[in-house]
Amino acid sequence: MTILLPGVLRAEASGQSRLTVSAAGSLRAVLDAVAAEWPRLERRLRDERGDLRRYVNIYVDGDDCRRSGGLDTPVPAGAEIQVLPSVAGG
Amino acid sequence: MVEGILLAMTVLLAIGTSKGLFLATSGNRVDWEVSGPHFPMTSIYAVGIDRRRATPRLLAGVDSSHFGPSVSTSDDLGKTWSEPDEAPVAFPAGTDTSLVRVWQLAPGPASEPDVVYAGTQPSALFRSDDGGRTFSLVRALWDHPHRPDWGAGFGGQAIHTILPHPSDPARVLVAMSTGGVYRTDDGGATWSPGNAGIRAGFFPDPFPEFGQCVHKVARDAGDPTRFYAQNHGGVYRSDDEGATWSSIAEGLPSDFGFPIVAHPERPSTIWTFPLAADSERFPPDHRCRVFRSTDAGSTWEALSAGLPTAPFYPTVLRDAMCVDDATPAGVYFGTRSGAVWSSPDEGESWVPVAAHLPDVLSVRAVEL
Repeated sequence: MTILLPGVLRAEASGQSRLTVSAAGSLRAVLDAVAAEWPRLERRLRDERGDLRRYVNIYVDGDDCRRSGGLDTPVPAGAEIQVLPSVAGG
Repeated sequence: MVEGILLAMTVLLAIGTSKGLFLATSGNRVDWEVSGPHFPMTSIYAVGIDRRRATPRLLAGVDSSHFGPSVSTSDDLGKTWSEPDEAPVAFPAGTDTSLVRVWQLAPGPASEPDVVYAGTQPSALFRSDDGGRTFSLVRALWDHPHRPDWGAGFGGQAIHTILPHPSDPARVLVAMSTGGVYRTDDGGATWSPGNAGIRAGFFPDPFPEFGQCVHKVARDAGDPTRFYAQNHGGVYRSDDEGATWSSIAEGLPSDFGFPIVAHPERPSTIWTFPLAADSERFPPDHRCRVFRSTDAGSTWEALSAGLPTAPFYPTVLRDAMCVDDATPAGVYFGTRSGAVWSSPDEGESWVPVAAHLPDVLSVRAVEL
């Protein structure tokens, strides 16, 4: 599947805006695969307990993961995963 | 007075704000050049300068509201920054806790040149043995039986002060708001509270064993067993390494405030920036004044030459005041209104370093 990154995170993935990840099953498995290759990127998405950071939104084929199982959200082969920072801050 | 000395120096002032790190340099501590922001749109609650290296290492606690906390280091005075792949500060599995932010980065004693401590929210102490690149939880303090009863003030529950003994690596003092002072004399294996005499007016028992809202503690330059504390109501001195405390607030216009800093070399010399009261967090009489004592808090004098004379309302937060290590010592403070001031002569006179920055959270300075 493909992971689309916002500009602010691309430095943690060697400048790439699109990552190709081979992982099957859940969003958690996908992020585990991200951690193996781009650990500094992954820890900006999840804390050390493995929870998705509060102001990070992840969409799996356009659906907000928080409304479709969280990190257990199924990720089908060929899915597009988009990471977006939520609206927050002052 | 000492113009020849001043012209020969270069001082670096690191300014942590709510939206990034700014770096200021000066050859005379009067005229400043400011660069930044580094790490834009992150809160820099903690800045550390490790003077034990030939080129001082800069450490920054970088907290992104979106992407979480981290610690970054620079060995070229801020030109470039780096951090390891693994999270520099993270709670280990089994604690069921995640790091909110780093509030303090404190280099250890000279005899342990690679030791750096980090104080965090939630209240925990971490120790690095690789110069601040990666840290491990100091388990004995985390497992302290008092910890479940430590409170959380408005700023959160955090260890915001770490004072390693200058020559004995086994002795460290830490402080937290609504938790108080804790000390170890066995290298962190055991910790004991050190709050006797510090008033906690927000409890039915105003003198509990722990739970005091300590805002900042500084260690005396000449006597490592002497400390000064600015509390949430109360300014205190301890002459027995934090075991007991007595008030030194007489002579100040108020006993409320956040920062307190000590001279790097001269004993008994300290500075603070009082606020009127818990319920009135403006400088007393709305006057921008730093207060200095040169006799360990027995007497105080107001210092304001060069500071604004118009009514003044901003707050100076607990880590937004510091001294450098030059001679004479430079004193610095930044405000929540984004102004930073420098004194090249220990507080006698002040000049602006910067204005219109984001809220200033932390400052640290070093002579290069």
